[in-house]
Amino acid sequence: MAGLVASFGSGAMTNSIDEFEDADCILITGSNTTENHPLIANRILRAQEKGAKVIVIDPRKTQIGDLADIYARQNLGSDVAWLNGLINVIISEGWYDKEFVSGRTEGFEELKAKVADYTPDKIEQISGIPAATIKQIAEAYAKAENGSIVYCMGITQHISGTDNVMSLANLAMVTGNVGKRSTGVNPLRGQNNVQGACDLGALPNVFTGYQAVINDELRAKFEKAWGVKLDGKVGQTIMEMMNNAHDGKLAGMYVMAENPMLSDPDINHVREALENLDFLVVQDIFMTETAQLADVVLPGTTYAEKDGTITNTDRTVQRCRKAIEPIGDSKPDWEILALLGQKMGISNFDYNSPEDVYKEIMAVTPIYAGISYERIENETLHWPCPTADHPGTLFLHSGTFSRGLGALKSIDYREPAEMPDNDYPMQLTTGRMMFHFHTGTMTRNSPALHKEVKESYVEVNPSDAKEQGIVEDEKISIASRRGQIEAKARITNKVGRGVVFIPFHFVEGAANVLTNPALDPVAKIPEYKVCAVKVEKI
Amino acid sequence: MNCDFVLTTCPYCGCGCNFYLQVIDGKAVGVVPCKTHPVSKGTLCIKGWNAHQFVHDEKRLTKPLIKKSGRFEEVSWDEALDYTAKRMLEIKEKTGPDSFGFLSSAKCTNEENYLLMKLSRGVMGTNNVDHCARL
Repeated sequence: MAGLVASFGSGAMTNSIDEFEDADCILITGSNTTENHPLIANRILRAQEKGAKVIVIDPRKTQIGDLADIYARQNLGSDVAWLNGLINVIISEGWYDKEFVSGRTEGFEELKAKVADYTPDKIEQISGIPAATIKQIAEAYAKAENGSIVYCMGITQHISGTDNVMSLANLAMVTGNVGKRSTGVNPLRGQNNVQGACDLGALPNVFTGYQAVINDELRAKFEKAWGVKLDGKVGQTIMEMMNNAHDGKLAGMYVMAENPMLSDPDINHVREALENLDFLVVQDIFMTETAQLADVVLPGTTYAEKDGTITNTDRTVQRCRKAIEPIGDSKPDWEILALLGQKMGISNFDYNSPEDVYKEIMAVTPIYAGISYERIENETLHWPCPTADHPGTLFLHSGTFSRGLGALKSIDYREPAEMPDNDYPMQLTTGRMMFHFHTGTMTRNSPALHKEVKESYVEVNPSDAKEQGIVEDEKISIASRRGQIEAKARITNKVGRGVVFIPFHFVEGAANVLTNPALDPVAKIPEYKVCAVKVEKI
Repeated sequence: MNCDFVLTTCPYCGCGCNFYLQVIDGKAVGVVPCKTHPVSKGTLCIKGWNAHQFVHDEKRLTKPLIKKSGRFEEVSWDEALDYTAKRMLEIKEKTGPDSFGFLSSAKCTNEENYLLMKLSRGVMGTNNVDHCARL
């Protein structure tokens, strides 16, 4: 999200899901949309039926790639290069939106000079996308009346993740495709409340509604609301916490419904870090790999056993409603936290219901201030919604950007942190698949889903398989500098030559034993999507 | 037999589809799509259609646990929370607020994320709070 904040001033999906259907061109990159956001994919395919061009640029030819009007396979981590290439073509052909660029953005001349080096022929060498395809994509997107960009973790989980996002924002701004219906730069959130967790300030640098902890005035507001003194320096990110735990600089952690033992890169390092803590609390619904390492395990509940709100990927605040009583002695997570706060001697942790908590959220969070439990019974409200009579905001940046002028950023392509070499000659990329979700805590305990795919697998290109004598379903070894796993081979043209793909849901054959924890310097996102591996028969 | 349909939000991806959770005699037994919802419009993916299945799984945690001499023992809520509060406050006192960290969750509600964030900042006194948005 750091990329969109730098470019636009606000880090969220710019437009809403309902608008996709009326786009004329939808450019999808780093998103396996039909498998991971199926109901958004439906809307995109409906747009295609109505005449929109769908363009997919992805290292894997997934189902949405198969269905696309134009599909291009880029080399892993080459995104800044091909995006600069598109902008190069759009500027040199005169297809850019001169009025939008001069009226609403800054940095155009620098960007123009920067992308001048990124000619289609040069892009073909770096990214593997043919020069003719670069030109074709540039024309389709730039000439569309309403062009929409959709991306997901395939763009962000790189050391250049922030650069990739800013490059997408450049592309949208240069063509005037932001701040109006059915356009924009749209990150799809992977979990049902990632947007909400960010909005509510579960981030080391901001309180709720992206109010910075370093801002004295805002901090004073929260000090007054909570009746305590607050710290004004930015805290540690998840990766920094893990590294500090590993080095003995963090004494304790409280983990609520997360499973870093499967979701974080370089799992062996994570285990050492968590084992090194003096005190670990895990609050979850199952005995996860992380919970096994805890000193205290607190049983929370599923969505079915609690009330509350959840904010989806297009900034809509929606209700979660209690349908059944908590199982056994488990308690809703909000209640556990409220009880713990009271035990720690804090007087204003006395909440009777989630709505009680929500009212406090409304009072301190301008973007949520007009969205009440009562209103969302009957209305679909997207934040920002600052007052009780505000209709909510379908698309952001209409007329002006959150930061004023949109910032066009001049960015150079950088190689991924770990490129193939003689010892590790192939590349690994990771992701999700249709029947499972994240670390499998929910889906692997759902018989109908578990039945579909029971174990990890590795996708191998037919030419690579042939060269090594690997056959379908054969168990093979995949090793990186950080560890080694085994998984059954699926031989498929989905992946290109020299690239293998492993889903990260499975503890047996866990892809994240292999992944590289090298971080994007701004967003601190690890490079899950590229590392060097060797693939061998067992 | 008592049968209810409770409108709620799917626990999986960020699309935010709503569905009716079908409850028979206090048990979640099925899922029915919501035709009027602006995203799902009466359809669901295979994960959504099966979103009730893990709720009553027999492996669900049902009691607070404390690890004593390397083994988990079932304890009361009071004991678990008293012990947790005591250990957290000890760490705050001994090595300072910033020697503690919180991982919040993209699978929990807004209210829960708010409370964990408030616990971190307002009670422990540290901004070391994050979740897996970047992962």
